[in-house]
Amino acid sequence: MVELLSGNYAIAEAVRLCDVDFIAAYPITPQTPIYEKISEMVSDGKIRGQMMRAESEHSAMAACISASLTGVRVFTASSSQGIAFMHEMLHFASGNRVPIVMGCVNRVVSSPWAFGSDQTDTLSQRDTGWLQLYCENGQEALDTVIMAYRVAETVFLPVMVIIDGFYTSHFIEPVDIPEKENVDRYLPPKNLPNRFDHRNPAFLQNVVDAFYYSEFKKRQFEDTLRAKDVIVEADRIFGDTFGRSYGIVEAVHLDDAEIGIVTSGAITSCARLSVRNLREKGIKAGLLKIKLFRPFPYEEVVRYLSHLKKVVVIDRNVSVGKGGIFCDELKASMCNLENRPQIYGFIGGLCGEDLPPELIEKITLYVLREEKPPEMPIWIHGTNF
Amino acid sequence: MDTRDELLRQGHLACPGCGLAVAMRLVLSVLGQKTIVVIIPSCEAVISATYPLSALKVPAFHSAFVIAGATASGISRALKIRGEDDITVLAFAGDGGTYDIGLQSLSGAAERNEDFIYVCLDNEAYMNTGIQASSSTPYCSWTITTPKGKREKKKKLMDIIVAHSVPYAATATIGYPEDLMEKVKKAKALRGTRFIHILAPCPTGWRMKEDLTGIVSILASETKVFPLYEVYDGEIYKITKMPKGLPVRDYLSIQGRFSHLKDEDIEEIQRNVDREWERLMYLVKRNEKA
Repeated sequence: MVELLSGNYAIAEAVRLCDVDFIAAYPITPQTPIYEKISEMVSDGKIRGQMMRAESEHSAMAACISASLTGVRVFTASSSQGIAFMHEMLHFASGNRVPIVMGCVNRVVSSPWAFGSDQTDTLSQRDTGWLQLYCENGQEALDTVIMAYRVAETVFLPVMVIIDGFYTSHFIEPVDIPEKENVDRYLPPKNLPNRFDHRNPAFLQNVVDAFYYSEFKKRQFEDTLRAKDVIVEADRIFGDTFGRSYGIVEAVHLDDAEIGIVTSGAITSCARLSVRNLREKGIKAGLLKIKLFRPFPYEEVVRYLSHLKKVVVIDRNVSVGKGGIFCDELKASMCNLENRPQIYGFIGGLCGEDLPPELIEKITLYVLREEKPPEMPIWIHGTNF
Repeated sequence: MDTRDELLRQGHLACPGCGLAVAMRLVLSVLGQKTIVVIIPSCEAVISATYPLSALKVPAFHSAFVIAGATASGISRALKIRGEDDITVLAFAGDGGTYDIGLQSLSGAAERNEDFIYVCLDNEAYMNTGIQASSSTPYCSWTITTPKGKREKKKKLMDIIVAHSVPYAATATIGYPEDLMEKVKKAKALRGTRFIHILAPCPTGWRMKEDLTGIVSILASETKVFPLYEVYDGEIYKITKMPKGLPVRDYLSIQGRFSHLKDEDIEEIQRNVDREWERLMYLVKRNEKA
């Protein structure tokens, strides 16, 4: 059934479809409508689970971790400062191997105080051991939450499903809501282990020595790498069941391209138009949308981009003192190749600053004229292309 | 107590004379096997041993420092969702994890009246990290971070908890184990957020002989420094052990952490204690009149 929904409400619909047992959340713009909508659904009995009104995001995540260890399906959502405040517990979640799904709505992390979209809030959490999936629109967000439960409960790792603040979270678009019985069939049966078993009492998360620390960390690392195949499989079966799939990356017109544009999240929709317009002008441009950020899909990046002469990476995020974070990861993926493209990193669209298709076209034409990429990123803001 | 029923195993890692270990034993012995324990960084975490060993015979979870209240909330709610109603969720936290860094999490849980028992094992400083002052450290007490004695008074934690109108809040010491166990029993029979504040002396940090733990616990109550009482629904106050009213000097003089005190300091502490006792008696009588 197709309904007009914001990205936030699309995520709330997915939580309903997934029969989540326990939700703990705390208000923060621009995530708040997810919390509000789920509260309404719980209150109306559309979700049979419990909503815990947490007194902070840190507590919301802590309660999700302990509830998940007790064997129920959990969800939370947050943005910006809220995700930053959760940071400590994010490490606990992945280390405890709990299958939490969290809706993340990108917003700048202060300071300065601001509200627009910026992926630095979630990308700052890249070393916390969470799987990260960046979605382009509300439909993809709804579908990805459903996939995320399948993945999380298979590999026992937590997953962030990420959308851009305001662009995706508040824009209302037609969204196809899957049939509940199909979702029930798609998801694994709810049979999560209760780790607090009185027949076999254990002390979870007590202090370990150096040997066991490395044992656990290595296992977590290896399982996270293996999660990539599980995500690919979950996406494929989702396609078979619901007629939509996304891939962990999506390549558009890259086979014969001379230049590739790399994006993630909502900027991808603009870049699609840029590629179409450039091709109409006779420029062989292509696009790689990166959906999966952790584990980083380095093989796919190499597969789709290594034959190009030039690559443009547009980052709506910044690692101050270094550059765009997707660009950095992409460069690292290619550093051992003998022949690799020139990689031009651009930082733009911070705080939701407009990045229209024409601007992305200008940037692409600019890169085609250049001979050598600079070491540091080029700020779209304040540059006349 | 039959040692076969002990839920804190022999070989736990407490220091000799530790008041916490005794309190943990007493609390667990009343709550029994059907308990899930939440522990946060504290001496309790050390006592409970390192992987792959466990000093606890019940399921337990060692979460982050800040977060005993929210962690217990999550387990308690998940148990209800699973239809498991016969299990007690118990949070053990120290004074640092309760008075200081964990107060917000505890307050959130208490306001929502989450269904668990929270036991604050108060040894009046950060003993696990080596005797740094907390907001529970008493006035004038020496710690490594208050080398000339703490200038601020101990935070009135019970008042804060009672302000949440929780169904049950009580103070206890290991000096009166029957009183302590009776309170745990009462708490177990109720639902909602139940709070027990246990004074748990630390010979290492209090600078006293290891065999004084029991005596100093008794003196804390008998000098009115740490009165034993309970509060129902944030309203009804009851004294459970009427103190003899011994001079505070008796309590202070056996602890090295107070050895630098001058007579006027002790007199000031005595006045503070007397004033607090009057206030407590007012609260008890206010209720009796009504």
